[in-house]
Amino acid sequence: MSMDQLLGLLTGFVFGFLLQKGRVLRFEKQVGALLIRDMTIFKFMLSSILVGMVGIALLSGAGVIALSHKAMNLGGVVVGGALFGCGWAIMGFCPGTSLGALGEGRWHAVFAIAGMLAGAALYAELYPFFKSTVLAWKDFGKIGLPEALGISQWVIIPVLWAGTISLFVWFEKKGL
Amino acid sequence: MEPKTGDGGWSPYLAGALVGVLAIVSVYATTTWMGKTSYLGASTTFVRAAGILERTVAPDRVAANEYFVKEKVRVDWQFMLVIGILLGALVSSATDRSFKPEGVPPIWKDRFGPSVGKRAVGAFLGGIVAMVGARMADGCPSGHGLSGMMQLSVSAFVALAMFFGVGVVVASVVYGRRSS
Repeated sequence: MSMDQLLGLLTGFVFGFLLQKGRVLRFEKQVGALLIRDMTIFKFMLSSILVGMVGIALLSGAGVIALSHKAMNLGGVVVGGALFGCGWAIMGFCPGTSLGALGEGRWHAVFAIAGMLAGAALYAELYPFFKSTVLAWKDFGKIGLPEALGISQWVIIPVLWAGTISLFVWFEKKGL
Repeated sequence: MEPKTGDGGWSPYLAGALVGVLAIVSVYATTTWMGKTSYLGASTTFVRAAGILERTVAPDRVAANEYFVKEKVRVDWQFMLVIGILLGALVSSATDRSFKPEGVPPIWKDRFGPSVGKRAVGAFLGGIVAMVGARMADGCPSGHGLSGMMQLSVSAFVALAMFFGVGVVVASVVYGRRSS
């Protein structure tokens, strides 16, 4: 195994361990959030983002790491995001959690994984068509919110922290 | 806020915050050891895995496909990360006795009955649609939801709003409004 692969495996192991400990891998938690009954996956995801955004802003600000924004391709993100939302609600897993769900015994995840592999092969076949249609509409490029708004990340990050903590307080008050 | 949940799990706030720490360590480690900053993600691995599988039956087709060429069909850092997720979840669930074989989840059973066949068809079709969408959007809840949001990418805010907004509508149509 190469160094890259070993590092990936170790990182993935810790990621999977924490996803399982947070109990966010299950169909019940994923669909429970979409039915606004159980916001566990949002508590988990938003907590990761709050911590991660500070470290990444510090490291990129110091020039230690490079940011890697995904392009704000309007058709791709909006239409693709909508398709993902449809499939996610029915499948009850996302790509990363499907493997973790299989790891904790939820073997119906194999059908979701098989479907996603078929979907990836299908996308590869249809790529030339999408490239000349949906993906060709409008591309705003690889942009971050600070550049887009002209506001420092050190203003945006505290605002996101405050908003998210308020949301957490509301979740706990409502018992979600 | 309890550090543990009733079933032996950890608070999602704690486990999530630790994933934030993992993400920071990971971007630093990949930059230092691999020479390229890599962010947590999962859906590109499905493209590579599909390419590896398809190559066994139609190698020429894979070699000539523009998308497979673009995404490079190989077992890379992210591919092993996705394998690691399975192993980490297996070890975590086996050691706190939350490992549970399940063929049909309860919310699904309430709506569609105990048939494994129906669940299999639903999960398979849902998987196809979700992956076509994730590749079109260039990311899933890991790539956009975690990594993109941590970098304050504009695309991540839009993608996450679409994932969740459409997911809420479809889930309420499919599983029905039910107060439990």
